Amino acid sequence: MSALSFIIAGMLAAAMPFLLAALGELVAERSGVLNLGIEGMMALGAVVAFIVVRQSGGHAIGFVAAGLASAALSMVFAWLALAVRANQVAAGLAIGILGQGLSALFGKRYESLTVPGLPKLSVPGLSDLPLVGGLFSQDAVVWLGLLATLAIWATLRFSKLGLVIRAVGENPHAARALGYNVIGIRYGAVAFGGLMAGFAGAYAATVYTPLWAEGMIAGRGWIALALVVFATWMTGRVVFGAVLFGAVSLSQLAAQAGGVALNSQLLASLPYIVTILVLGAISANKRLLKINGVASLGEPFGR
Amino acid sequence: MGIRMIRRTTASRRMAVLAPMGALALAIVLNFLLYIVMGNDPAAVFYALLLEPFVSWSSFSEVLLKMTPLLLIAQGLAIGFRAKVINIGAEGQFILGAIFASSIPVWFPQATGGWIWPLMLLLGGVGGALWAVLPAFWRVRLNASEILVTLMMSLIAAQLLAYLLVGPWKDPMGFNFPQTVMFQWDAMVPTLIPGTRVNVALILALLWSALAYVYMQKSFQGYQLVVGGLAPHATAYAGFSEGRAVWLSLLIGGFAAGLAGAAEVAGPMGQLQRGISSGYGYAAIIVAYLGGLHPVGILFSSLFMAALYIGGDNAMVSAGLPVAAVRVFQGSLLCCYLAAIVLVRYRLVRDGQEAPA
Repeated sequence: MSALSFIIAGMLAAAMPFLLAALGELVAERSGVLNLGIEGMMALGAVVAFIVVRQSGGHAIGFVAAGLASAALSMVFAWLALAVRANQVAAGLAIGILGQGLSALFGKRYESLTVPGLPKLSVPGLSDLPLVGGLFSQDAVVWLGLLATLAIWATLRFSKLGLVIRAVGENPHAARALGYNVIGIRYGAVAFGGLMAGFAGAYAATVYTPLWAEGMIAGRGWIALALVVFATWMTGRVVFGAVLFGAVSLSQLAAQAGGVALNSQLLASLPYIVTILVLGAISANKRLLKINGVASLGEPFGR
Repeated sequence: MGIRMIRRTTASRRMAVLAPMGALALAIVLNFLLYIVMGNDPAAVFYALLLEPFVSWSSFSEVLLKMTPLLLIAQGLAIGFRAKVINIGAEGQFILGAIFASSIPVWFPQATGGWIWPLMLLLGGVGGALWAVLPAFWRVRLNASEILVTLMMSLIAAQLLAYLLVGPWKDPMGFNFPQTVMFQWDAMVPTLIPGTRVNVALILALLWSALAYVYMQKSFQGYQLVVGGLAPHATAYAGFSEGRAVWLSLLIGGFAAGLAGAAEVAGPMGQLQRGISSGYGYAAIIVAYLGGLHPVGILFSSLFMAALYIGGDNAMVSAGLPVAAVRVFQGSLLCCYLAAIVLVRYRLVRDGQEAPA
């Protein structure tokens, strides 16, 4: 298998943790709430899913449990940020640290253990194509994740719910004047963000690399946060960014497969370096951020 | 009947002291419930985690040793946080400080003289500040969030450290462990209290705290930073640019974290190795917030967090408490604090009841 076809086949799976977490955060940020705790929510979801699957609960129950656990953690954040009106940055960091601590605590007895992954489901015909065939042979979560992406895009863009979420983020006072429950909608959006971060962690720990190691999320939650900025809060660009980062994070394996001798620490740093470079390039375009950005992002809303 | 939050006309000083204590009490209750569920003996954990660090001089001296990096880093971070410059990359700046300081004993292991350790601390500070230059430039010139960039720089710093320790800086006689040579005597910060590991860096951390107090509470520039954080437009009119606040905040925070990293390798560690940090850079964020971003408050919060580290080690040995429980305690303590601190600026009033003036 050439390095290129290896990357093409694997990039969607590698992209999934970024994609699921970033889509959840996108919805939360669209409603005007900045939750910096994704890394911790993913870590919690990862350990919960791993334990459930390891106790042979199956992947479906593992994902549900992970989603619920992370959503519960996101509710601690939501309560602090929305009810108590605490500083959103500090509240996000706090639940992030809490989630990573809980993840290490619960995962201690599972260090270096493995669980079975998921089988690949292939599209007949297409998966036999040269070079790009691997793209059409993915596990069930990837297919479901792509469907969910489509659903989130359509909801934000065309449905009344999406319009209300965006209105709440854009101008909460006007939304309230129109009779919408700003705080309630923000709670819902944050909970959705938590649920998706839980799924993202579950995928990372039980499907993508089904082996438990403390700190296995390794900054992917933070990159997901950066992805939302890269994508200038647009769903389609989140997908593009997530797949790009999936490909970048595969480069380490691909380089080995292709016999390229590159320093392994440098390769491990590559996603972080790319994040910094892209963040600089996108953020420098202030006009773009202003047009697409969420006006009330991070600001508390008082009654 | 619901409860409403009414903004106080002035912040309550009584609550500013009571709220952190209430938060601590709540965090203790919540975490001990968790320990009971996990099957740990709560009385044994309580003694080991919260009392034992203070009962003997030898363990209290270890608390002071741990307090040193937390105090240094948190005082630097708090200056930025008050100016709304959120540097969460102290971990990386700490690592770079440790690397820069280690360059002298690694490259000149035979060097002697009383100038070595002060120069190492200085180099450490410079290294930490240099690691903060890119995030500052990215924020000021490219408008990129310093939160994300500083964090990415920390993740890169960890890889850089790993590279040095398995590559060019690995101790050739070290049985292939990822660590440098042990530093020579003159590369070590002198011990302050005989019979303990507490060293001169503690004095530096206390001096740094006094300096932070004067800078933030008394100087005009510190005042501008704080006002800039509260009302950026107002300070822009007054001719104080946001860019300057970003540069100052990140360079001060980076220098302090780098100094702490240097003091760690030239103190309790005595060499550069993987585990130089124990997450001080992240813990210091909690220390800064728990101290109310105030230099005096941070003295107390850094002492408490240091005791929690030592107590966590004790509780692991004597009561079988996993190390990760300390991080859970830290995170939940910050959550409780953020909830409690709201009482400083708001009063709670029942619906239908008039707020007393």
